[in-house]
Amino acid sequence: MTTETLCGDFYTHCFQAEQDKEHEGRLIINMGPQHPSTHGVLRVIVEMEGEYISRAEPVIGYLHRMHEKMGEIKTYHQYMPNMGRVDYLHALAWNWAYIGAVEKLCQIEVPRRAEFIRVITCEMNRICSHLVWWGAYLLDLGAFTPIMYSFDDREQAVDLLQMITGSRLTYCYYRFGGVRTDINDAFIAGTRDFCKLMKSRLPMYKDLVTDNYILRKRCEEIGVLPLEMARRYGATGPVLRGSGQKYDVRRAEPYSVYPELDFEIPAFPEGDAMARYRVRVAEMEQSVRIIEQSLNMLPQGDFMAPKSPKRIKPPKGDVYFAVEGARGKIGVYIISDGSSTPYRLKLRSPSYSNLSLFAELAKGTLLADAVSILGSLDLVIPEIDR
Amino acid sequence: MSSLIQFISRLIPLELIHILIGLVAILAFIGVNGLVLVYVERKVAGFIQRRPGPFEVGPWGILQTLADAVKLMGKQLFSPSGGDRLLFWLAPMLAFAPLPLLFMTIPVGKNLVAFDANLGLILILAFSGLNVLALCFAGWGSYNKWSLLGAIRSVSQAVAYEIPMLLAVLAVTLTTGTLQLSAIVDAQGVWPWQWHFLTQPAGFIIYLICAFAETNRAPFDLPEAESELTAGFHTEYSGMGFGLFFLAEYSSMVVVSSVCTVLFLGGWKGPGPEILGFVWFFAKVYGLVLLMMWVRWTFPRVRFDQLLNISWRWLIPLSLFNLLYVAAVVKI
Repeated sequence: MTTETLCGDFYTHCFQAEQDKEHEGRLIINMGPQHPSTHGVLRVIVEMEGEYISRAEPVIGYLHRMHEKMGEIKTYHQYMPNMGRVDYLHALAWNWAYIGAVEKLCQIEVPRRAEFIRVITCEMNRICSHLVWWGAYLLDLGAFTPIMYSFDDREQAVDLLQMITGSRLTYCYYRFGGVRTDINDAFIAGTRDFCKLMKSRLPMYKDLVTDNYILRKRCEEIGVLPLEMARRYGATGPVLRGSGQKYDVRRAEPYSVYPELDFEIPAFPEGDAMARYRVRVAEMEQSVRIIEQSLNMLPQGDFMAPKSPKRIKPPKGDVYFAVEGARGKIGVYIISDGSSTPYRLKLRSPSYSNLSLFAELAKGTLLADAVSILGSLDLVIPEIDR
Repeated sequence: MSSLIQFISRLIPLELIHILIGLVAILAFIGVNGLVLVYVERKVAGFIQRRPGPFEVGPWGILQTLADAVKLMGKQLFSPSGGDRLLFWLAPMLAFAPLPLLFMTIPVGKNLVAFDANLGLILILAFSGLNVLALCFAGWGSYNKWSLLGAIRSVSQAVAYEIPMLLAVLAVTLTTGTLQLSAIVDAQGVWPWQWHFLTQPAGFIIYLICAFAETNRAPFDLPEAESELTAGFHTEYSGMGFGLFFLAEYSSMVVVSSVCTVLFLGGWKGPGPEILGFVWFFAKVYGLVLLMMWVRWTFPRVRFDQLLNISWRWLIPLSLFNLLYVAAVVKI
């Protein structure tokens, strides 16, 4: 084992030093930062005995971009584009969390039409995010085709969002007191078509993938997460709902026009990877429902508050605002000292809490199961490092 | 002219010339087959995934694989530091070397066989086992933990799946009473209901499942499971080192399909004149290859313990029963 002790960096050495006597000589291997199933630059140090994982430890910080620090040195307007880049898959939820926090702090009224536009675009973005997860997760499990199908569908939604926001991935669409542009008839018609498309596609995916025997064997009773443990780690979103807790920020801490909309919060009590899978697929259905209702309820009027301030200079104080992102509770906490930049800005990202589960969940599982568990947590790495 | 042939045949035995011509033809076939199958695989994948597949290089992209092959040959060969250079470079050659031998005894049409050995089936089964050794060397010589895991997987997978495969094949040889592939074909008629897959459906299915595992194709592609082991045993290979593994994979797909065709699907036999036997043969072989591609692009990968369970708990007992059934019912 002499070569073993020489190679590796600080983290590997620490990991090795913690290896107890009876486990000495087990294979210590780095999963990542470049590994196909970590979806980004996440690194997991894994101690393996044959195919079984006896210990796993995530190492983060490979994609740290100092978003929180940037928040302290940039003005409120300048900071907006950052929010599209924290979680690139559900960028609009982060947009909303930040904009919502500042609006709450400055008490800016948002027109009703703008609220509905926000709901529609945010839910579409959520569907996009879940579609990407769906494809990537099945790619982790070795099925190559679903990701092509899901990207095909996502393309329709992204085209629609591009039409009004101008971007395809890292959106910066919401503004203090409204949204950047109004939605047009082409967008509304296209969105209705997209909802129809999704309604026909989701049953097909169920037949093709969800009911597949191999897939069920790879997901069911894999990475069982008890509710108590999920609470202990502060897991939110589909990971928590996959353990049976019906917690959704849209219902628990209602914001915008969500209280007026009729939708369900899917939750499955099993707590395994399949439950998390089912939650996300069910959420796509619910998002389609929300979009259709919002389109029907869409009022006429301003899409931007007429008296929205050109320069943001909030009063002294602090504010916390949370929205439900595709991965869980997205929270933004701002302390203002009355100047044009925040004194402190804290981003609460769901992936960070969800990742911390992994070390405990992966213990004693097979390597392939660990990949399945990691995939089922739906991690977006830039969100973890912020 | 005839005196010239007699003169040559006195110098070199005719049998040797026959084998040499066969070998040259087989080597040409392996190369072309590799190019064509990679193209077909990508087109099939494209068709299944609702995208065009390669279509930029040449008409409908048919020159794409040629361009890829040129690229692979032009790449620098790289051996990892700390690795065992000898084993590392021996592995791709060892993966490729037995392939021409595997094709030698397969009857493509009536009398169209390079070397009609009376132990032809044994020869194929024995030399196809060398592939495991190649993967083992590749995993060990790479000095990479992922490669090593891939090698470990490939060995236990091969051991697990050789047994049911052999038992399924044994059941066929029990009915025909020969290991000569051309004789096994002769034992079957021209019509589908005279083929062995109907008399031994269990053996046919067992053989098919084992064929997927033996060629490391999805859903049993665990030695190179991309999302788990990066690329498994060929993680460290570049250029033609990787290319030879690739060629070996596609050729062994054809070999297992050919053996399956010979054993269960009547070989080159089919309605119509006997001279067109090779058409039937290739149609059946590539039909099976297409089936393997279809499965690859449809199913997720199984887990490693599930893979071994399928073999030890289901396929081996089933193939033993199949052997007993064949011995008892078909023979009596």
